[in-house]
Amino acid sequence: MNDSHYCPHTPEEIQEMLSAIGVATVEELFAPIPAALRAKTLNLPPGMSEFETFSRMQAISGENRQGMINFIGGGFYDHIIPAAVDHLSGRAEFYTAYTPYQPECSQGTLQALFEYQTAICRLTGLDVSNASLYDGGTACAEAAMMALRVTGRNKIVVDGCVSPFSRQVLKTYLFNLDVEVVEIAPQNGLLNRAELTALLDESVAAVLVQNPNFFGSVEDFTALADQVHGAGALLIGSVYPIALGILKSPGETGIDIAVGDGQCLGNPLSFGGPSFGFIAAKKSFIRNMPGRIVGETVDRNGKRGYVLTLQAREQHIKRHKATSNICSNQGLCALRGLIFLSSVGKEGLAELAQLNRDKAEYAKAQLSAIPGVTVLQSAATFNEFTLSLPKKADDLVTGLLARGIAAGVPLGSYYAGAENCLVVTVTEKRTKKEIDLFVKELEVALCN
Amino acid sequence: MSIYFTKEHEWVKVEGSVGTVGISDHAAHELGDITFVELPKIGAVVTQFGVLGSIESVKAASDIFAPVSGKVVKVNDALEISPEVVNESAEAAGWMACVEIANASELQNLMTQEQYNDYLKTL
Amino acid sequence: MQLIYEQSVPGRRGVRLPASDVPPAAALPATLLRKERAGLAEVSELDLVRHFTNLSRRNFSVDTNFYPLGSCTMKYNAKVLENSAALFAPYHPMTALLPGGVALCQGTLGMLHDLGKMLADITGMDEVTTQPLAGAHGEMTGIMLIAAYHAARGNRAKKKYVVVPDSSHGTNPASAAIAGYEIITVPTAPYGDMDLELFKKAMNDEVAAVMMTCPNTLGLFNPHIKEISDIAHSHDALMYYDGANLNAIMGKVKPGDVGFDVVHVNLHKTFGTPHGGGGPGSGPVGVKKELIPFLPQPRIVMDGDGTFQLEVTNPGSIGRTANFFGNFGVMVKAYAYMIMLGREGLIQVSEQAVLNANYIKEKLKPYYDLPYDMTCMHECVFSASKQLAHGVHAIDIAKFLIDKGYHPPTVYFPMIVKEAIMIEPTETESKAVMDAFIEVMIEAALTAESNPQALHDAPLTMPISRLDETKAAREQNVCCAW
Repeated sequence: MNDSHYCPHTPEEIQEMLSAIGVATVEELFAPIPAALRAKTLNLPPGMSEFETFSRMQAISGENRQGMINFIGGGFYDHIIPAAVDHLSGRAEFYTAYTPYQPECSQGTLQALFEYQTAICRLTGLDVSNASLYDGGTACAEAAMMALRVTGRNKIVVDGCVSPFSRQVLKTYLFNLDVEVVEIAPQNGLLNRAELTALLDESVAAVLVQNPNFFGSVEDFTALADQVHGAGALLIGSVYPIALGILKSPGETGIDIAVGDGQCLGNPLSFGGPSFGFIAAKKSFIRNMPGRIVGETVDRNGKRGYVLTLQAREQHIKRHKATSNICSNQGLCALRGLIFLSSVGKEGLAELAQLNRDKAEYAKAQLSAIPGVTVLQSAATFNEFTLSLPKKADDLVTGLLARGIAAGVPLGSYYAGAENCLVVTVTEKRTKKEIDLFVKELEVALCN
Repeated sequence: MSIYFTKEHEWVKVEGSVGTVGISDHAAHELGDITFVELPKIGAVVTQFGVLGSIESVKAASDIFAPVSGKVVKVNDALEISPEVVNESAEAAGWMACVEIANASELQNLMTQEQYNDYLKTL
Repeated sequence: MQLIYEQSVPGRRGVRLPASDVPPAAALPATLLRKERAGLAEVSELDLVRHFTNLSRRNFSVDTNFYPLGSCTMKYNAKVLENSAALFAPYHPMTALLPGGVALCQGTLGMLHDLGKMLADITGMDEVTTQPLAGAHGEMTGIMLIAAYHAARGNRAKKKYVVVPDSSHGTNPASAAIAGYEIITVPTAPYGDMDLELFKKAMNDEVAAVMMTCPNTLGLFNPHIKEISDIAHSHDALMYYDGANLNAIMGKVKPGDVGFDVVHVNLHKTFGTPHGGGGPGSGPVGVKKELIPFLPQPRIVMDGDGTFQLEVTNPGSIGRTANFFGNFGVMVKAYAYMIMLGREGLIQVSEQAVLNANYIKEKLKPYYDLPYDMTCMHECVFSASKQLAHGVHAIDIAKFLIDKGYHPPTVYFPMIVKEAIMIEPTETESKAVMDAFIEVMIEAALTAESNPQALHDAPLTMPISRLDETKAAREQNVCCAW
């Protein structure tokens, strides 16, 4: 009986192969494993058909609450995904291939990644991009390690307004290295610039900021870039690609290394992954970049083609001296990002960004009109903003979840003294009707 | 003027108190098409057999070790734009740096041209 | 082929956006805005679809070609796995982190917990974290767990080294370096495994961990593995298992039973999830109970009443190695694969993967040098040294295979084999496919003798011929200039 659905051999074929090898049974092939070490048990359940498997997966999915109205972000955003993204990234020639080690039979993946790198460079206004990292948090960590190499210094200063998840990933990555990570506590949802100035000495390799930040505030870091460069350090900016449809690019700001999470570019929420991280930098830092990079070249006949390049940076050649340990990246998610950006297009991305801001500004005005509710930041915001509530945000969020609304991310778990703060996200997918319902429900919850 | 070699295939040509450093023709050939040479900074102090720089080809990367201790007084900037010069002329135009030799007795730890030629036959 | 940017026409659109149903917001100050639009492509949906469909046709893939890329386990990716992942697309990860949110995510949290249990059973571990996003990420997480273990016992400063065999994947030393360790590399003995005597000499009380792939990158199971574990443990060093080759041993031997303390599993290799042209993968990490206190947060735990909770405030934890719960969509596919194949199915996977590799090994042995001639596990490593006598390199054989419609095996890895050709057929390939591949490999060997130039000229049937990699590395043209 053929238990494994995808092992094609008939018993006769197995016998022929065993004869060719010169053994009597498959079990003999496992003789190199000493008998004393052999597995005694395997407690997995018996297998099932494809139909039963899918039914089981449907049942599991059904155990999650369906149809929530999302006003939550925190790094993952509920945006439209054009139908073409699923269909094109679902081409098996893309998704059942692997890293393009053999360029002649991998030009599809290689050219797509070159186009992806181009999209990231144009979006960020920087010169070079790699072919993707794991996610936004690990991209922050990789950028910090890159800055340590470039400057030869050993301190990273992090704005406390950067996502608490990304900050935690950064700290975990750097914990075992001889590196000091200093965090600056936020000031009304903004970078505390006075404290940064006090910290900026010659031991600082890089300053990490996020725009828009975890509170939703949008800041202009142009002067900060000059200040950081004056101290011989690099400025790393974590950015939100959809917002770059309208917001000042990292390149225009003077940021040296831009990073971020590409989930919002055509990748479903999918309970947190897979998405992809991106990293772009000024050209002079290219040899310190982590991960795969695709470069243009020509073949023997002078025809344009693409290859993995600058591989001498990478783990398979440089081993412990590599710029990163990354091998597999998130290539297919990056491809989805490219298809998304190419579908929405140059004008479309700006319009999409504007639509996000329009919806969020409407929600902000309606919500802050509720008695006792104010907006924390005086700064500009994009599609997220922070409300100051007259009650504990945790309790309100729990109550609204039961009403089918994910009202936002309460900040009490992430910032001391922020128990009444709630970060609300409004993407283009939220309708005026849904926003109005949220306002009404919050009003009711506050009266109780 | 005399030339000495290391087991890691660097050479140093000694003229007075200054040693000019590079990698051997053999090493350049083994690496294949060289795509990048990382040079030390002028003023850097290197120690014998410590890292002086690095060199990359399409499929390999290796460190360049200093054959002698001392201060780097000159580097071959041209290699930053044209690393292929190392393939074309590893033991002349492809030199990498000049080092003010701190301790001439260290030269005893190196091989002469003849010894190096014999060493290559053993590889 | 043109780049998508070269097909761009100002004003074209691929997709129409929803109309606004709210008043326009007041404009942002100019200091916050970009001066020019980002230079993205402007194409119609049909332009877009043709472009990417035609690009896809320039790839070899598992669904179109035999893809025996050693060390990567390019098995068939079942279609029902794709359908299963799509069921979970709408769930926001932050929901689980909201107060009261776990109650709304019992399906997804429960699945991750159950997946961890099954992986723990297969690998002989006590608990699994699903957070690591790929194999190398799992390695890094695992070595950080080991660092935290030693630190908790007051040995943070004392433990300085990680030992790896010279046949290891490059990610092993690279991951250990991020965890702050220096590397000791032990050579391979003529019997194809890490040299036991040299290993004993290399070991001392300053070693934090020994990282092994077993079966190793030569496809050989190390018969001394228990002895190696015992020696490592006698120096208070932990054993790390690189799960890249787990496809060979499911149900046959459990890493935990032979002394490994930490394991990562590549779901995209062993558990049938697609490789995506480079990723996403998924690299869950299993540990013995002594290391549970250090696992990353949030950790999924089951309450006495069977409900799933998140532990988010364990001060001993190494923290987070990724933003949320790992590559969830990949784990859905791996989970569906495991429950579908079940116990017997997974054992059969390993048996037939090993059968197929040995079959190819025996059939090609007369034509190619086999430096370690013994029973292999799921892959076999030849050397093109015989062909080198005719001036033919492993890369020439690889390019010849492309012309014949085969994705080449891994070449030039492991680095300890000169002109290495590493073949991993996987269990999903039929005898007929392998026989045809064997014929072509024999043809390549014969052509190497009779007409080496034909191999140097290959490939001739692809849209492009061999590419100038030196030019790419020197010019660094990594972004379309406009």
